[in-house]
Amino acid sequence: MASSPATARSQKGSARRPPPGRSGRSSKGSKYDARETRAAYAFLSPWIIGLLIFILGPMIWSLVLSFTNYNLVDKPKNVGFRNYERMFDDPRVHTALMNTFIYAVMFVPLAIGFALFLAMLLNRLTSGAGFFRTTYYLPVMTPAVAVAVLFSLLLNGNYGLINKALALLGIQGPQWLTDPAWIKPSIVLMSLWGIGGAVVIFLAALKNVPTVLYEAAAIDGASGWQRFRRITVPMISPAIFFQVIVLTIASMQMFDKVYVLFGNPGQKTYAGNASLFYALYLFQQAFQSLKFGYASALAWLLFAIIMVITLIQVKVGNRFVYYEGEERK
Amino acid sequence: MTGPGTAPATEPPYVRTGSAATDASTSMTSLATADLAPADRPTGAAPPSTVNRGRPWMQIPYWIVLLFWAAVFMYPFLWLLSASFKTRANVFDNKVIPDPFTTANYGEVWHVAPLLRWLANSGYIGLFAATTVTFSSALVAFGFAYFRFPGRNVLFGTVLGSMMLPGLVTMIPVFLIWKNVGLNDTQVPLWAGNLFGSAFYIFLLRQFFLALPRELFEAARVDGCSYLGLFWRIAVPLSKPALIIVFIFEFQASWDDLLKPLIYLGNKTELYTVPLGLNSLYVKFNPIAGGEGDFQYIVTAALLATLPMILIFLFGQRYFVEGIATQARKG
Repeated sequence: MASSPATARSQKGSARRPPPGRSGRSSKGSKYDARETRAAYAFLSPWIIGLLIFILGPMIWSLVLSFTNYNLVDKPKNVGFRNYERMFDDPRVHTALMNTFIYAVMFVPLAIGFALFLAMLLNRLTSGAGFFRTTYYLPVMTPAVAVAVLFSLLLNGNYGLINKALALLGIQGPQWLTDPAWIKPSIVLMSLWGIGGAVVIFLAALKNVPTVLYEAAAIDGASGWQRFRRITVPMISPAIFFQVIVLTIASMQMFDKVYVLFGNPGQKTYAGNASLFYALYLFQQAFQSLKFGYASALAWLLFAIIMVITLIQVKVGNRFVYYEGEERK
Repeated sequence: MTGPGTAPATEPPYVRTGSAATDASTSMTSLATADLAPADRPTGAAPPSTVNRGRPWMQIPYWIVLLFWAAVFMYPFLWLLSASFKTRANVFDNKVIPDPFTTANYGEVWHVAPLLRWLANSGYIGLFAATTVTFSSALVAFGFAYFRFPGRNVLFGTVLGSMMLPGLVTMIPVFLIWKNVGLNDTQVPLWAGNLFGSAFYIFLLRQFFLALPRELFEAARVDGCSYLGLFWRIAVPLSKPALIIVFIFEFQASWDDLLKPLIYLGNKTELYTVPLGLNSLYVKFNPIAGGEGDFQYIVTAALLATLPMILIFLFGQRYFVEGIATQARKG
């Protein structure tokens, strides 16, 4: 279609109104109607105002703040790069980053694998999938604070349900929420309870895989594993890829549950530094220690880290993710 | 601005506005039927196990595994429900049937904490947040879907890019803004930002609007309908399912949020939302934090905090499933 731009343009010119540009491609040469443009910007004005006040403005402000010391009372004092230098020497930043990484590395693969497992089983049912989907999704509706509260009771090392159940199997359960080694697995467990969203997404993706592919593979004598590996995974790879990115970004910002369990001011915790997640540390620096400059620098570090991780995922993902219709280009 | 807003160089695949995006728009409308009734799937999209069809016993192993996990997912709810009917001493006895059985917690919890107030706060803040974001996002989405104007692609790229910006980056300046206008320590910042639309919902609604037949709008234009009329009289009525999706998604998000109430409501207990209130109860009654160990109130409050969301899900389930499944098409 790009081979003859001249004809394309003349076609557009001859039409009374250019076709709606659903592809999002800009059509050079076509004239915009001034009245339509005015109307469009009127419709867009809430977003544009919001973008300036709540996104672009704050981004600039945050960047500026990150080069100052600001405690809400005194005027911001310019300190150059000192906040960033301090960040790299701050052992608690290292701890918080490590904790957050470990959590994400544990949670994301487990979540993807578990959700895919459930979705594939659901996809095999000829009836009743709706019932299971409801039961798997209900935990997602539970407010994060309630999840934290509920699981803090279930995971109680001495009389919690989970350790009682493990005892029945002859396993001595750990002190989930007080033993530093078990903090992250506990939070992973809580988050896995809310995996229903990914299950629903994967199930929807699986339903879109054309049956003919499996039939053809069956004729060719492909094994179950080969069909999974060569058909299912590539066909739903965009959904998997998208979930990996979304869950990773969310994990890097894990806050609610750790705040309730370990982050309240004055809350006694036996977990030591094991419960210090990055977003929690950032929040504490900002709103409990009133170090707004330092906290802003911390926010930009997190942003940079998330961008780098996402970039790597996109680069790696582009090699594996199969997009239907790619050949049509 | 830097990377996130414009983000053209590192465009993630789901940002590709080409085939993928239009694909999402068309599949969304068919989703209601495709996804809600697994029994009658569209042709060519049946599960791989077509061989098993007509032989239900072949599915028994799947049922067993799925039922096991359903029990695992449901048991915490059951535990919570039963614990809320137990006495202080028995909360942790892990029995399914409370013995002795008491409804006293449901009478007392309201006096232990202003729980009713918190529920009402969360309810009305959720309504404000959901109403404003639905309306504003729809307006903006329609602007992107219907009109042709200079700068459209750049602006829409900004919408998509802003989805990738972690909220933590803007959290502090946004707080300072609300403080400067004297509205910190109020509930206004919990919803007022929604007056300006939200990127994900704009994206979602734009897909929906793009799927509406353009001839409809052209005909109305010929009949002298204004642009606002196109939006209000044609796009909105035809997009009710999508608007309901946005509304309940945002209501849930607002109900769930801890961070914003934590930042803005400080220690004004009467302004608290449910999550913040529940957190304060947890701290108050938990012996680890020096509390008295009245866990029966904590479990009852946790259950009451969850109940409205469960009801919303059970009644609006098809919208949830539709809205979530849309994300599968984003790739």
